[in-house]
Amino acid sequence: MQKDNLILSIRNLDISFQTNAGAVHAIRGVDLDLHRGETVAIVGESGSGKSVSMKAVMGILDKNSVVNHGEILFTYQENGISKTVDILKMDRKTIRHTINGRHIAMVFQDPMTSLDPTMSVGKQIIEGMMLHEHIGRREALERAVSLLDMVGIPEPEKRIKNYPHQLSGGMRQRVVIAIALACDPDVLICDEPTTALDVTIQAKILELIKKIQADMGISVIYITHDLGVVAKVADYVNVMYAGNIVEKGMIDEIFYDPRHPYTWGLLSAMPDLDTNDERLYAIPGSPPNLMHERPGDAFAPRNIYALNIDDRLMPPMFRVTDTHYAATWLLHENAPKVEMPPELKERILRMKKEAER
Amino acid sequence: MSEPLLKVEGLKQYFRINSHFTVKAVDGVNFTINPGETYGLVGESGSGKSTIGRSVIRLYEPTKGKITFDGRDISGKMNRETEKHLRTGMQMIFQDPMACLNPRKKVSDIIAQGLDIHHICATQKERNDRISEILEQVGLAPEHASRYPHQFSGGQRQRVGIARALIMRPRLIIADECISALDVSIQAQVVNLMKDIQQKTGCAYLFIAHDLSMVKYISDRIGVLHLGHLVETGTKDEIFTNPIHPYTKSLLSAIPHPNPEVEKSRKAMSYDYRAFGVDYNKGTEHLVNGTHFVLATDSEYTDWTKNT
Repeated sequence: MQKDNLILSIRNLDISFQTNAGAVHAIRGVDLDLHRGETVAIVGESGSGKSVSMKAVMGILDKNSVVNHGEILFTYQENGISKTVDILKMDRKTIRHTINGRHIAMVFQDPMTSLDPTMSVGKQIIEGMMLHEHIGRREALERAVSLLDMVGIPEPEKRIKNYPHQLSGGMRQRVVIAIALACDPDVLICDEPTTALDVTIQAKILELIKKIQADMGISVIYITHDLGVVAKVADYVNVMYAGNIVEKGMIDEIFYDPRHPYTWGLLSAMPDLDTNDERLYAIPGSPPNLMHERPGDAFAPRNIYALNIDDRLMPPMFRVTDTHYAATWLLHENAPKVEMPPELKERILRMKKEAER
Repeated sequence: MSEPLLKVEGLKQYFRINSHFTVKAVDGVNFTINPGETYGLVGESGSGKSTIGRSVIRLYEPTKGKITFDGRDISGKMNRETEKHLRTGMQMIFQDPMACLNPRKKVSDIIAQGLDIHHICATQKERNDRISEILEQVGLAPEHASRYPHQFSGGQRQRVGIARALIMRPRLIIADECISALDVSIQAQVVNLMKDIQQKTGCAYLFIAHDLSMVKYISDRIGVLHLGHLVETGTKDEIFTNPIHPYTKSLLSAIPHPNPEVEKSRKAMSYDYRAFGVDYNKGTEHLVNGTHFVLATDSEYTDWTKNT
């Protein structure tokens, strides 16, 4: 991956929300890079800040949000000239006219609430095209038909006149994807695209997004809490906890050589179909309330491997390899040697063996 | 073998929309649950799995079929005694822990509502003791009793939901997608808690879910539901090692494996009811072996078993 292929670069992003009960510090210094044609996954529990950071990229943060500092640099081509802008410095209207839909598009979680029930499917698809590319209605409709065909909807000419309630959940999500792809975006952000869908349909939608990505050469950011989904689609993984990225690395590094205790916990908590263990591994405790700031590592209260320093100082990102970083004091040269739990180690060995076959 | 705790025979649950159209949500389902075991019911949305749960606990009036709970017929009109037996012996845990707890009531009143309705506790002290005992059992502290639902996190709320079901000391708990609204790390906690409770109290679960991997952890036997028909049922080993019905196979293949090398190249099997030309109404139950049944016509059965 070359440096000049960088499209999106988030640096030291820090966001809080003003609420009646006080400020909620939701994002606490997030760095993230996205290269052309790459798939990046952001994994974390609800409330870890994964959706908020992507909403910042789209410029659709809620009104009570305050960006404390940071920058989001987005590079795009306009009339053959490469342009780099800081999205956080633009006003909403400009973002909507130049970036949203045209260069960065988003697929939301629930297709029933993200589609307009009073508009036909076709009209919703051509809306963005007519606005951004100033093309005629007839031409736009022709393109909409081919888009529906591309996302695997049978008889697109008929379906284009349908309303969302006439389609099944999987079909609706395909329509949402078609809308997102209407203006040939550079980046597609998928915010839990399959959580509201059944498992069998989930697999289909993921395969579809993968195929489209390969055909069109776009970059995709996945927001999800399901490591199974991550394993299927991602090249690069960011694990988020309480507004911080705690571990990032190439997919193989995260799954076969995890370093952060939270990643260990997440991997161990995945139900394993190959063993007959009686009990599931569970991470003790519950996610922290971001309203209360506490010094040190946010994960320390739930971490059985926590060191004394975790209560005082926030760990920096330690380098494991050039692509793999983890924020845990366990990687410090003076830290005691701590190995991942033996059950997880055994499981990773088994996974590697399975992969070789 | 002892008498099953719950026996469902030919359960049909239709919803009449208008004179031309009736939704056949559940169309002839048979299964049994033995005391102290967990029966997992899986299927996609709209397959009728929640409807079965609600018919069994009599939130719906079953259109046809017989439900026997603890030796008593609970499918038709019930007399007072049978109704009381059902309402105390069978409890339900719901999907969304926020929506199913009354936000204006304290946790103690939510949990003790069953006790109050059935006048089980004679004194206030007995009631309070029972509440703190149950709170401890689900991993909450007795002082949580005076709080309101919004003061809890999602996982804790679901524990309150479980406590409310447990306080009646039921023989059967219907858990309707009780973990799907929770975070991954919390799901494991709740599933482990449910297993512990089962070991301690010996209650049986009807565990309804769409996630086969979680169902595998908790269930002894599994039933796979599609379009209101139970297409395959058996112990969890029978279902997982030797799935016969193409729908079961597609469900199993759709579970994502957390193994990038394998998962990247794997393609999920697809199953289209119409494309396969399967008519569930024509199928009969075929015994594979042991307790493993599959719904198929004779020719379909030979077809499906030949390939494996």
